[in-house]
Amino acid sequence: MNLFANITSLPSILLHAAIPLTIILVYALVAIWGERKIAGFIQDRLGPMRVGGFHGWAQSIADLLKLIQKEDIIPTDASKFLFKFAPFMMFAASYAAFAVIPFSSGYIGSNINIGVFYLLAVTSLLTLSIIMAGWASNNKWSLLGGMRSAAQMVSYEVPTIATVLTVIVVTGSLNLMTVTEMQAGNDTLGFLPNWLILQNPFLIVAFIIFFISILAESHRVPFDLPESESELVAGYQTEYSGMRWAMFMLAEYADMLLLSLLGAVLFFGGWNSPFGEFMSGPTWGFFWFMLKGLLLVFVMMWIRWTLPRYRVDQLMHICWSILIPLSFINLVFVALWELIF
Amino acid sequence: MTTDTENTIGKREMTINMGPQHPSTHGVLRLELVLDGEIINKVTPFIGYLHRCFEKYAEEVKDYSKVIPYTDRMDYVSAINQEHGYVLGIERMLEIEVPDRVEHIRVIVAELQRIASHLLGIGAFGLDLGAFTPFLYCFTEREKILDIFERTTGARLLYNYMAVGGLMRDVHDDFKKDTTEFVKTFRPKIKELNDLLSYNEIFIKRTANIGVLPEKVAINYAASGPVLRGSGVKWDLRKNDPYSIYDRFDFDIPVGTGEVGTLGDCWDRYIVRVRELEQSLRIIEQAVEAMPDEGDVMEAIPKRIRPKEGELYVRTESPRGELGYYIISDKSANPFRIKARTPSFVHLSMLPAISTGALIADMVSIVGSIDIVLGEVDR
Repeated sequence: MNLFANITSLPSILLHAAIPLTIILVYALVAIWGERKIAGFIQDRLGPMRVGGFHGWAQSIADLLKLIQKEDIIPTDASKFLFKFAPFMMFAASYAAFAVIPFSSGYIGSNINIGVFYLLAVTSLLTLSIIMAGWASNNKWSLLGGMRSAAQMVSYEVPTIATVLTVIVVTGSLNLMTVTEMQAGNDTLGFLPNWLILQNPFLIVAFIIFFISILAESHRVPFDLPESESELVAGYQTEYSGMRWAMFMLAEYADMLLLSLLGAVLFFGGWNSPFGEFMSGPTWGFFWFMLKGLLLVFVMMWIRWTLPRYRVDQLMHICWSILIPLSFINLVFVALWELIF
Repeated sequence: MTTDTENTIGKREMTINMGPQHPSTHGVLRLELVLDGEIINKVTPFIGYLHRCFEKYAEEVKDYSKVIPYTDRMDYVSAINQEHGYVLGIERMLEIEVPDRVEHIRVIVAELQRIASHLLGIGAFGLDLGAFTPFLYCFTEREKILDIFERTTGARLLYNYMAVGGLMRDVHDDFKKDTTEFVKTFRPKIKELNDLLSYNEIFIKRTANIGVLPEKVAINYAASGPVLRGSGVKWDLRKNDPYSIYDRFDFDIPVGTGEVGTLGDCWDRYIVRVRELEQSLRIIEQAVEAMPDEGDVMEAIPKRIRPKEGELYVRTESPRGELGYYIISDKSANPFRIKARTPSFVHLSMLPAISTGALIADMVSIVGSIDIVLGEVDR
């Protein structure tokens, strides 16, 4: 039952644009509140408790309202157009990538046959927007942050792509819907779901590399160097305030979700239920898919509130001399495994 | 000028101000960094943003006792230790012996304060390196010490507790119980801190072999306290030049050994502080045990303090190092001159020597590891 098979008319396009946007916005409000509660839990404190009654559930909404009311400060010497444009471009980059994410068996924004390729290409724009923000602010700390992030994201795209490639070798398809459909059923060892991570030991290695790389891609601790607050003040975000800053935060959270969902599709069976036919279908599919994605987001938060951060040269060292060789060697082994079994 | 024409793109250094309003300069320190990319070619500390005229005030105040609250405000993180040094100095000038009970209470609060100060130093160091959670764990424990202080002295940060010849007021009834309770609950937390932060792989990567301060350089710069001990020098005024009643207690002096990197790196300075927590606990336990329950906490001293003409240098071990007061008396009601020799100022002066060639991120760990308090630097 593909409800939105025909993307032809303008209302249909708008509807397709509105669905991922709604998901992102609702998720961002929940995730920001959730992150603060998780941080509170890890740090032996309560986190937000006041706004809205139950455990401060309306805190993110209150923060959003505050940010909207704030004065939009643009530095005198900033490059005005780029400065204003950068946050929106950053959000657009991660938002556009949601088009190829299969949210359930009944809904995918655009069922194109080069889904993964499109997703990786579009998210590369994030780098550009961060450099734009860092350079346009005309602030030395911002510039350093922008430069760091350019180096970091370009480097970590390589292991990300290499691990995605490992999955593509197994599935033989770049379409994320097809990749998900291939993982349906519960035949692994007789009862486990047919998720890719359970089918091939080398894909577990691939997933670990993939997860480390997406931590770096979405600037989470221990790789949050572009905005490392104790060194670079706030990195490329230093000069931003109010709604433009909120756009950066929104984009960052959207990026976290996007990469986590990609991980869920590639390794954890996307919208497939872990119990085979039980609790499956488009609606349950959406539930399972978001659950898997949010679990990965939770792990990211958990890591953030536990670990210190790496230094910029150590980060590069990890990428170029550990992750990249490992991911390519792993690719060969996955291919051999597929050939033999 | 051939090199310039050959190299038209690069090699222009960037000068950047780290501070005075920067998240990890621990207050209002300004560091002028000359950068080549992210590598620091030159660092110049600029101080004076928190200057409070301590020395001039002390000359004008017309009363030796009125200087005590001002010593609090030098190192606001370890106020008790600042008072302790000053009060000891004046007592030596007046040749007063204070009762045993007072000495014990002084040692207990001073060691509690040392733990509180080290906890802040350790926590803030972790925070500088991006570890938020250990910082809050440290603050939870520090809070318990501040609660004890609040009940004992009536204040949580600047106590004005010690007086020439004794203490401002007696401790509360539960003082011994509270302190013992704290010692008991705090011990396991040190292990927790070690597991979470000290031996964390990333933390070691960020601190080992960074900002190496060799033994010779440390001595030449007159470093003291955990910074000197981190370089492997066994020097602690509580042992080497015992004041108060420190000679009665049994405790060790932890020194850096370079176990994860080079001797005298940031990690060594950090771990010395962590290990001193345990030693302070040992002193507190022994002092609580030996403390007399009854007795006056104020020696009878003249209303106006007028020491004999003369001069005196008194030094004590503050959490940050050797805190010295050089006091000159001209027999009037106020000191002729007081010079405070504060460890943070000395340690800040060696920053250029140990951080040239480091990265910006290393700068943060070096500043964090020498644990300066700007109030003490500027006075």
